[in-house]
Amino acid sequence: MAPHDLRRPFKRRPISDQQKRRDLSLLRQSQHRSDAQQRARNLASSVISLQSSSSPDVDPETLSEPMPDVDTAGHESEASSFSIRQASSLRGPEARKWFASQLMLPEWMIDVPENLSRDWYVLARPAGKRCFVVSTDGVTVSRLRNGSVLHHFPSALPGGARKKGVSGPAQSYSILDCIFHEADQTYYVIDMVCWRGYSLYECTAEFRFFWLQSKLDETGACDPPSFYHKFRFSVVPFYNCDQSGLHSAYTGSLPYVKDGLLFYNKHAHYHTGNTPLVLIWKDERCSQYVIDTDNNGQVPSQQHIVLELQDDGKIVTSDDPPVVVNCLNADFVKQSGLSPGSLVRFAIGDGGLNCVDGKFEKADLQYISVSNRARAFADSYSKIMFQYMARRSPLKVEDLASMISQENQQDKLPEVEMSD
Amino acid sequence: MEVTQLLLNAQSIDGTVRKHAEENLKLFQSQNLAGFLLSLAGELANDEKPVDSRKLAGLVLKNALDAKEQHRKYELVQRWLSLDMATKTQIRAFLLKTLSSPVPDVRSTASQVIAKVAGIELPQNQWPELVGSLLSNIHQLPAHVKQATLETLGYLCEEVSPDVVEQEHVNKILTAVVQGMNAAEGNNDVRLAATRALYMALGFAQANFSNDMERDYIMRVVCEATLSPEVKIRQAAFECLVSIASTYYEKLAHYMQDIFNITAKAVREDDESVALQAIEFWSSICDEEIDILEEYGGEFTGDSDVPCFYFTKQALPALVPLLLETLLKQEEDQDLDEGAWNIAMAGGTCLGLVARAVGDDIVPHVMPFIEEKISKPDWREREAATYAFGSILEGPSPDKLMTIVNAALTFMLNALTKDPSNHVKDTTAWTLGRIFEFLHGSTIETPIITQANCQQIITVLIQTMKDAPNVAEKACGALYFLAQGYEDIGPNSPLTPFFQEIIQSLLAVAHREDATESRLRTAAYEALNEVVRCSTDETSAMVLQLVPVIMLELHNTLEGEKLSSDEREKQNELQGLLCGCLQVIIQKLGSEPTKYVFMQHADQMMGLFLRVFGCKSATAHEEAMLAIGALAYAAGPDFAKYMPEFYKYLEMGLQNFEEYQVCAVTVGVIGDICRALEDKILPYCDGIMTQLLKDLSSNQLHRSVKPPIFSCFGDIALAIGENFEKYINYSMPMLQSAAELSAHASGADDEMTEYTNSLRNGILEAYSGIFQGFKNSPKTQLLIPYAPHILQFLDSIYMEKDMDEVVMKTAIGVLGDLADTLGSHVGGLIQQSVSSKEFLNECLSSDDHTIKEAAEWAKHAITRAISV
Repeated sequence: MAPHDLRRPFKRRPISDQQKRRDLSLLRQSQHRSDAQQRARNLASSVISLQSSSSPDVDPETLSEPMPDVDTAGHESEASSFSIRQASSLRGPEARKWFASQLMLPEWMIDVPENLSRDWYVLARPAGKRCFVVSTDGVTVSRLRNGSVLHHFPSALPGGARKKGVSGPAQSYSILDCIFHEADQTYYVIDMVCWRGYSLYECTAEFRFFWLQSKLDETGACDPPSFYHKFRFSVVPFYNCDQSGLHSAYTGSLPYVKDGLLFYNKHAHYHTGNTPLVLIWKDERCSQYVIDTDNNGQVPSQQHIVLELQDDGKIVTSDDPPVVVNCLNADFVKQSGLSPGSLVRFAIGDGGLNCVDGKFEKADLQYISVSNRARAFADSYSKIMFQYMARRSPLKVEDLASMISQENQQDKLPEVEMSD
Repeated sequence: MEVTQLLLNAQSIDGTVRKHAEENLKLFQSQNLAGFLLSLAGELANDEKPVDSRKLAGLVLKNALDAKEQHRKYELVQRWLSLDMATKTQIRAFLLKTLSSPVPDVRSTASQVIAKVAGIELPQNQWPELVGSLLSNIHQLPAHVKQATLETLGYLCEEVSPDVVEQEHVNKILTAVVQGMNAAEGNNDVRLAATRALYMALGFAQANFSNDMERDYIMRVVCEATLSPEVKIRQAAFECLVSIASTYYEKLAHYMQDIFNITAKAVREDDESVALQAIEFWSSICDEEIDILEEYGGEFTGDSDVPCFYFTKQALPALVPLLLETLLKQEEDQDLDEGAWNIAMAGGTCLGLVARAVGDDIVPHVMPFIEEKISKPDWREREAATYAFGSILEGPSPDKLMTIVNAALTFMLNALTKDPSNHVKDTTAWTLGRIFEFLHGSTIETPIITQANCQQIITVLIQTMKDAPNVAEKACGALYFLAQGYEDIGPNSPLTPFFQEIIQSLLAVAHREDATESRLRTAAYEALNEVVRCSTDETSAMVLQLVPVIMLELHNTLEGEKLSSDEREKQNELQGLLCGCLQVIIQKLGSEPTKYVFMQHADQMMGLFLRVFGCKSATAHEEAMLAIGALAYAAGPDFAKYMPEFYKYLEMGLQNFEEYQVCAVTVGVIGDICRALEDKILPYCDGIMTQLLKDLSSNQLHRSVKPPIFSCFGDIALAIGENFEKYINYSMPMLQSAAELSAHASGADDEMTEYTNSLRNGILEAYSGIFQGFKNSPKTQLLIPYAPHILQFLDSIYMEKDMDEVVMKTAIGVLGDLADTLGSHVGGLIQQSVSSKEFLNECLSSDDHTIKEAAEWAKHAITRAISV
């Protein structure tokens, strides 16, 4: 029995760098494994968040009917789980209704938000049809704001075409928020909602835009059209909303026709329905359609608005909570064949609108007709007010610019230390 | 030919004779095992045979009973147990008889063989009379037989677990051993054998150490033995004290004053071999107290199984001066000798442990020594002072040290450039490294390194890297910690202005002719890695420039001239370092925004890694494999193009049972590849799954690799989705039986609990991956039959109450995945499970947000599953 060796490490680190590399690799691998599981689970979680965001307590306006029953044939085991994949296979009014509630809708800019240059992006909105583009299971479907299908086509988006080697795993799906620009037959992507099954709903605009920029190009979706890729996709350039960013978005030359400027708050998540954290602003120079046209494409002499009729005869905007504009008497409702939930078109009379603190004190409304069936929503408060101002004293680009320069000056003021 | 001649021939200088004899021995063994073992035992016992043949007979016999590899050992045990009883009885008798042989070596060999047989038989309740017959008339035995008997008892205690020996026998063994140690025993050989036997038997003495009288007796005898005139006995007695310090820490309060006096005398006056053990006693006490105090710190309640007696703190005023004295007994060239261990080194190491055990209190006891000696003309005094300073930097609070360190820093930098002694510079550079390790970084309020001194520090370190290899190695180490301190500095690192110079200097060090001395090259690459790891975006362009440089170096190592085996070993070591460095760079640059430019090197890099697999070196393989894992993650689906060529090395890695680290790393890399390729990995899955299943069934593969293999099942299933169908019939039963095993397996000790939890985690990760992979597939029904067992598994690990937080999170996630994928089919089952109630609620109210998150997910999924 020999004496036992009792040497201890001398002037040495207890862990070798090789062990450290090994440990770091294991850490990275387990992190990535848990990310991958998280992504897989998010397939379902994003559905949960979709459902809850359109559940009555969150958004009563957009969901006037219960969720459609989606227990469609061949998916018995999935009866309880409502996934976007299945939603994409919905047909008819159910599908329209469901998709209609999924877009994030900008408010119109009726005053300039604070910290514009610090917290907001600006981008030139392409003129065209706003739509949701969903790619999954080898097909890509675009749906308009009212839920109706615009195109059904193969694309280079993940899972967007029945072509080997392009699609991701079977369950993968992607959802983009786009504007389809007729002239060059291009989908201009303004936001990314899901990517390869990974939900971006709970991500900030800053992250979504970054992800959009880095991911879309990888897929070949921005390539010119080909057999497996019927329409080109293109990312809309966005800028920090400082003087030069605003200038670029406002005056810069772009491959598409502009229709106003969109402002995104960098910290905002993708919120379905109306949100004050995305704003649209237009003037004559950057949009052909500043003032709403009627069904014949003519600018009517009076401003037209569409409101929703409630049970109690109140006519309201599409906001959450809805803003009451006026009240119709029961006889008139009956006489005109209106029913609760109807969307009704009015003209604003010479008496105009008078509002205080976001509520209408007085509104001179003249009934025109029930709105046409293609419409899914009433007008929002901000749209009504923007249009109203546009006809009288519009918010000008100079107002935006001067707000930014004021903010800059404030930033430059020396900080004052409180001494008492 | 008779066995004696065979055994002698097997030791012949003549190779052919030797080889022939070995073959004949093998032949004999394979033709008649019982006869073979019996004749070996007979040879060993026969006093008329030559000593050499008897010793070899014993050795061959011993090797027929035990082996290092677990599976081989198991085979040998089974083989022995299946021998006929008559043979075994005869062999046992021969072995016991040999203990009375006049030849010491033969007795000693017999002792070891007896212990091996006991190790196999006692757990089976065979040879129950062994202990009795060894002890029956121990007092009447001649000294040499007594010595052999005590030695046998020692080996027996080493070989056998305490729970298979009855307490009555334990008491007899200890009584015999302690009596043999007693000063009254006149024969030194007997006393030494007894003392060494006690060292082995201490683990059996739990009951005896709980009895005050018996413990007092044992302690008295041990302490007396430390004063024996025979140096070997003193050394062995101190070894016992060291072992008692860690095994019976909580029983020592009563003896500490005496032990201090004994150890102090030994440290100051005794032979170095004894003094080293005496210091080790205090190091062990510190180890215990550091552990206990760490546990105090970790718990909210502040209670711990073992209370801290603060022995170190109480001994401080006497112990510190004792240790400081030892620091002055350095050997001239101890820093140049890798294997050196002397009293100065042991004393300094112990001082460092004391600092960790007592914290702030040590500082006033050490500072006067440092101040007095740091500028003395004798290098020994300067070095001792510096070493003392470096030793106490871990333990005391930064507040306590900050002023002292700030004052010392300039002095240290100066010493590093000007001190004539290599030894002093070595210790000074090491001390600087310790300063940066413990007192520099984002958690320290007032920084040691400031804008004012940063330039000077770096300049001095870079200068020192040109010094002798041992000094330069410490300077690299200091740079390592300097960089590490800036790990989470944010976008602007103070190192940025010096980055280029640091990289250049480290490369220059790695290329020094003498870089293979004192681990210098390794230290240089390690520092380089840390500098890269902790670099910011500001310097990514410079890291990018490093890529072709390191690749070229790796390329050069692969251009094979004929090398000697020594040169090849160094070459392989270098390949490992370079692959490691590339791995660090890949992780740094392989993501946005540098990814695109970096990936232009990917093809070439992959080519180099594949060539490294052509060299025979486990370390280089492992490093290359790790680097490839990182590359796969960066490359994503593009990694597919490397698969056809890479696949065979992947398979090779999975088959490498001997160097199990390579196998483990390969399993991890398969996970990386799954996530990179997703369903493009499908063509390779048959091969990979086959190999993984083989690995799991093997009893040769180190057990630590098995949990990650299960996790890897999950990775594969998640990547290929319902295509995993064809592996279900193989993988599920394996998961199921491992789950049963791991549900109740823990408890034995911390290590076992830890392993059990890692096994559970692997199994659960596999289930998670499989469920998520099958989701939305019509084939989910294939999984329904497994649901009851999985729920049962979750319930039982919850009931065991010994899972760690990682398992908890994974387990509750599996509950959600099961509900999510199988939906209404398992709604009822889930509702019946404990997991869906108590376990889920416990997780929902967890403080750990990742557990809570997983639990919320499970709750959602269950709600949907049962709402239909």
